[in-house]
Amino acid sequence: MISAHLPILQVIVPLIAAPLSAFCRRAGVAWYLSLVICAVSFAISIALLIQVLEEGHISYLLGSWAAPWGIEYRVDVVNAFVLMIISGIGTAVLPYARTSIAAEIEPHNQALFYTAYLLCLTGLLGMVITGDAFNAFVFLEISSLSTYALVALGAGTDRRALSAAYTYLVMGTIGATFFVIGIGLVYMMTGTLNMADLAARLQGLEHNRTVLVAFAFIVTGIGLKLALFPMHLWLPNAYAFAPSAVTVFLAATATKAAVYLLLRFLFTVFGIDYHILGLTMTWLFTPLALAAMFAASTVAIFQVELKRMLAYSSVAQIGYMVLGMSFLSVTGLTATIIHLFNHALMKGALFMVLGAIVLRQGAATFNTIRGLGRKMPWTMAAFVTGGLSLIGVPLTVGFVSKWYLVAAALESGRWPLAVLIVLSSLLAVIYVWRVVEAAYLEEPPADSKATEAPLSMLVPTWILIAANIYFGVDAGLTSRIASAGARLLLGVAQ
Amino acid sequence: MSGSTLLVLSLLMPLAGAVLIGLAGRSPNLREAVTMTTAAALFAIVIALLMRFNAGPAPEVMLQEVMPGLKLALKIEPLGMMFAVIASGLWIVNSIYSIGYMRGNKEKNQTRFYICFAIAIMSAIGVAFSANMFTLFVFYEVLSISTYPLVAHKQTPEAKASGRTYLGLLLGTSIGLMMVAIIWTWVATGTLDFTKGGILEGKVSGALAPLLLALYVCGIGKAALMPVHRWLPAAMVAPTPVSALLHAVAVVKAGVFTVMKVAVYIFGVDFLAKTGAATWLMWLAAFSLLAASIVALGKSNLKARLAYSTVSQLSYVTLGAALATSMGVMGGSMQIAMHAMGKITLFFCAGAIYTATHKTEIPDMDGLGRAMPFTYGAFLIGALSIIGLPPMGGSWSKWYLLIATADTGQLVMMLVLMVSSLLNVAYLLPIVGRGFFAGSDAPPAHGAVHAAGAAPAPDTRLRAIKEAPLFCVLPPCLTAAGCIALFFYADSLYRLLEPITRP
Repeated sequence: MISAHLPILQVIVPLIAAPLSAFCRRAGVAWYLSLVICAVSFAISIALLIQVLEEGHISYLLGSWAAPWGIEYRVDVVNAFVLMIISGIGTAVLPYARTSIAAEIEPHNQALFYTAYLLCLTGLLGMVITGDAFNAFVFLEISSLSTYALVALGAGTDRRALSAAYTYLVMGTIGATFFVIGIGLVYMMTGTLNMADLAARLQGLEHNRTVLVAFAFIVTGIGLKLALFPMHLWLPNAYAFAPSAVTVFLAATATKAAVYLLLRFLFTVFGIDYHILGLTMTWLFTPLALAAMFAASTVAIFQVELKRMLAYSSVAQIGYMVLGMSFLSVTGLTATIIHLFNHALMKGALFMVLGAIVLRQGAATFNTIRGLGRKMPWTMAAFVTGGLSLIGVPLTVGFVSKWYLVAAALESGRWPLAVLIVLSSLLAVIYVWRVVEAAYLEEPPADSKATEAPLSMLVPTWILIAANIYFGVDAGLTSRIASAGARLLLGVAQ
Repeated sequence: MSGSTLLVLSLLMPLAGAVLIGLAGRSPNLREAVTMTTAAALFAIVIALLMRFNAGPAPEVMLQEVMPGLKLALKIEPLGMMFAVIASGLWIVNSIYSIGYMRGNKEKNQTRFYICFAIAIMSAIGVAFSANMFTLFVFYEVLSISTYPLVAHKQTPEAKASGRTYLGLLLGTSIGLMMVAIIWTWVATGTLDFTKGGILEGKVSGALAPLLLALYVCGIGKAALMPVHRWLPAAMVAPTPVSALLHAVAVVKAGVFTVMKVAVYIFGVDFLAKTGAATWLMWLAAFSLLAASIVALGKSNLKARLAYSTVSQLSYVTLGAALATSMGVMGGSMQIAMHAMGKITLFFCAGAIYTATHKTEIPDMDGLGRAMPFTYGAFLIGALSIIGLPPMGGSWSKWYLLIATADTGQLVMMLVLMVSSLLNVAYLLPIVGRGFFAGSDAPPAHGAVHAAGAAPAPDTRLRAIKEAPLFCVLPPCLTAAGCIALFFYADSLYRLLEPITRP
């Protein structure tokens, strides 16, 4: 009985809990409530994923209104996987957040933090699970608005969070507006908002100019949300000044949901046969992805503030995901989808490390991490492992992603791209190793009183690190899911 | 115990050793006991594997399927068996030496040193026993990363800069080039298993084969083929036991071993010979061989000279592979063993000299041989083996390589080998000569005395120098004896390696 309603519960449970936590006067209660709710969401997403793997896609009709008219939630292997990533990270962040939030946000705002957090989770889960284009916009806005609030909460420690949030708000709103304009245009041409229905009705309208314009608006709009180079300018500041726990959550989930939405629109709504898709990929996505990989990684090398460094690294990593889809092949899309998961694991873990350093040292810069290898051994060991994963050393998840990406490039015969991919990952060696050197080979300042991070932060960090290793050593499950998802999106038989 | 259990144990043993060393960090004696026990146990395991390998079917084991079709698997074949015996056997000797050296020089962070050392040996064994290119790549990377702390051990700005060069070049080439080559091989053939006769025949066109080989060979930075050799001299900043076992044996041999594996089991000697894919490699190896020797001549720092000598000697192995003939493979493979024994001796001696006198520059070492006869005697034997004179093991590898050049009609290469041997004489023997004959017992008028400040009366200075501690002197004598033994027992090595030279 209840299993039939899992798709709606996935969204509605955090949605209802959000206002409830606003009523909690005490942050501890709100935290506890959020933790339970996130764990429930995670369980639901796992149940959905299992169900989808066994039975194929699930279609859930909201209020039992039949599909093209009512809103349909449509779960297949691609979005079930992304749901699992988002709710899983959402759960892992919470035990970590309690200490970190208590230290970084004023007490009277802490309960509200959990409200915004749950709303953001709702928005991300909603935009991933829905099969309705306009509904996706609504959830996109829910997640965006709550994200602006979450970033602005960083003002408790650094007032620059306010301007970062404001920039993000302006850019995000532009993106959302473009997106909704695009949806409006296709609605005008087809009279439907259901994605599957849209796909069917767009047949025959390929060369219609309005549809072309809609395509451009949608791609640009989502491109802004996923921080596709050069529309990434909001991201580094937002990540750098948001409270640490928020950075972890956003870095590991927000851009993933946007990448998913892009995949969904490109491959499900417009479809692999859409005539300008190949053109877009070759002349827009490939160069932009390469520019992101090199420009952002290079900028990352010169950052002093570690959160900004990793933020730029995220822009580069998004380049990998976009590059993967630009091959328009099963291997390429497999690389993109598996990297959604893998990148969430590595960036989640790395930003958690930075949060722990911020807690102990007040800031995470090359100055404050000197000699921390000895003062905070577990925290820094986590950074090294996560950093190796970011570089793509074998037996970590980063390697798996890189393997598929390079294989996709070689399969398509574009071997210069293969070389560029590995070259850009060498830039990661440089910025990761700067940190390692500072932490291990420099002496701590004589008056340093840094101590190891509390267990409540170490345990979630190490859970993610362990996942980095586990899914790097045994990538059977994730690569099976990712390649099934890739085949589904491309309409290739299993 | 079954062969596959032993194989797994050969990895677990050093790993467990690393953990125990960490736990025993507070008590140096216990910690060193753990290192010694682990080394001995590992050697016993490897010998047990050798006996099993000689007796019957090759032990193999599948550890984990990482991605569909991509397996972490171990399997023994002759080349790897030889490499594992060398690495694990010399680890014992080197551990004895480490104790003498690290304590004698009062190095810091010794626990970290021994832990990283054990992990490095684990990865060297992993490289040796890899059943496919993917597994080899994994252990290769672990080896790079685990040796970084050893290179940067002293934590001085110089050590840090060297560490950066070291890791940058090794990771850069392996991720930047070798990984592409491996994925290319995978996309083209659908397998990465080491297969006799190669897997590329018919899958990669003859025109592209040289490019793929270039990606592999330049990607295997550990083989120190010019122009990717810079990391090796940089690594000399590490404590001498590291230079001795890792940068004369485990790490660099893992490099040339990988080159050999790629030539024999990925490309296949016949495929290489047929397509001429390795012709450019032969010339590059010859260049590297001579150029490094010439650079070595000009180095006055003893370890730097030995490092360039290593670069040159490693090129022999690459040359052997590039000649693409059975005798070339035989000579190159033997060179892995012979050079290991010879070069570790030389490094042991360099470290013993440093421990006893704190001298690093060759001009300052005049007359030391008279004060340290055992050290210098061992150095002489090691040097003769590197040069390739009988009755030292090194003569065999040079012999087979010469036959290979004759087989293939590469007379220029024959000339290169002969010139190189002369260069070896020129940069190695003067060290011994000056040690025994140069200088008087009175100190030289410059250099060392000033450096040491106003100390005892001049004529007692040299007499005050004694042999380094026993733990530093015994190991080079053992390996020097090994150099001689290898000459007389080269036959069993030949029989072990013989299967890989057969098509």
